[in-house]
Amino acid sequence: MSWLWAGVIAAAVLSFAQKWIGYQVPPGVLEKPRIARVTSLLPVALLGALVATQAAADGPQLMADARLPALAVAALLLALRAPFLVVVIAAAVVAALCRALGWG
Amino acid sequence: MNTHDPSDRSPAARSAHEAPSPDAASVSLAVSAARRKGLSVGVATGLYGISFGALATASGLDVWQAMVLSAIMFTGGSQFAFVGVIGGGGSALGAALAAVLLGIRNTLYGLVLAPTLPRGGAKGAARSLLTIDESAAVAATAGPPAAKRAGFWAAGIAVYVFWNLFSLVGALIGQSVGDPGAWGLDAAAAAAFLGLLWPRLVSKDVVAVAVAAAFIALIATPVLPAGLPVLAAALVAVVVGLLPRRPVAGGNRVDATDEDGEQA
Repeated sequence: MSWLWAGVIAAAVLSFAQKWIGYQVPPGVLEKPRIARVTSLLPVALLGALVATQAAADGPQLMADARLPALAVAALLLALRAPFLVVVIAAAVVAALCRALGWG
Repeated sequence: MNTHDPSDRSPAARSAHEAPSPDAASVSLAVSAARRKGLSVGVATGLYGISFGALATASGLDVWQAMVLSAIMFTGGSQFAFVGVIGGGGSALGAALAAVLLGIRNTLYGLVLAPTLPRGGAKGAARSLLTIDESAAVAATAGPPAAKRAGFWAAGIAVYVFWNLFSLVGALIGQSVGDPGAWGLDAAAAAAFLGLLWPRLVSKDVVAVAVAAAFIALIATPVLPAGLPVLAAALVAVVVGLLPRRPVAGGNRVDATDEDGEQA
């Protein structure tokens, strides 16, 4: 077995174990107010970070391209209470159009 | 998420699993809304598997190695980090380390989801495997526990099926399919994350956390290895959550506490 295979298998198994461990924390821990606040704010922080990196990061660089107008349209549609799928498709269409027109 | 019954929009109903059980009709509305959302997130994300498969084989993995990553590792950020390190000439150990560092956030998701999802057995293992950005985000925004479960399984299973299917397509046909970016799929993913974030922005505090996290992720992007910026941003939640506050009645109802305590 090559080192690459060993790395693939080890990383895959460890990644699964990481997911599993999160569920093994005793439920009582989560009911403490501060812990509860942290766990309810975590998705907000992670989503905020994922929006930013998905919209403006290109590998290790920041990049303003067709994703930004697409995200702006998505935000506008969300403010207008458009359904989720409409928002996602509209963003894809805006980005694809911008790129077809040669920008971003 | 915008198809929820308006009664779901009160801070109390939003405040996760402790919410008093709403009537059956609004729960079933929330369940089907969460399921639809999960499916659409799954399809949009899964299509991106093409780019993973193509990048993996371009980086020197064979089709089987790419598919072991998609089927067992099954967390896109870690998978891209792994093949990125290999493609950049790094060692298998370095690739595994990058993947594991990125996967730390999946442990945090499990922490958040544990009260809502079944423990043990085959379902317990499936629940672990399917714990990723998208399933955790759909569950977190779904309202009542039944809707959280429905959203988690719908998103997790849909992403799993499409991600693996399109990883295989990408690995087999390699770069010839072209750039998913040309189809706007990268922007669609950003919009999906924004759409999942939106309904949680119920108080100034929460908005501040989201904005600060986005800012930190961006300034960390040029200086930290791929994936760590998102993790660094998660520290915002930890710091803000642990800050001392004056006690407010109903201390456990986090979102309600934020509104009552901070907007007065």
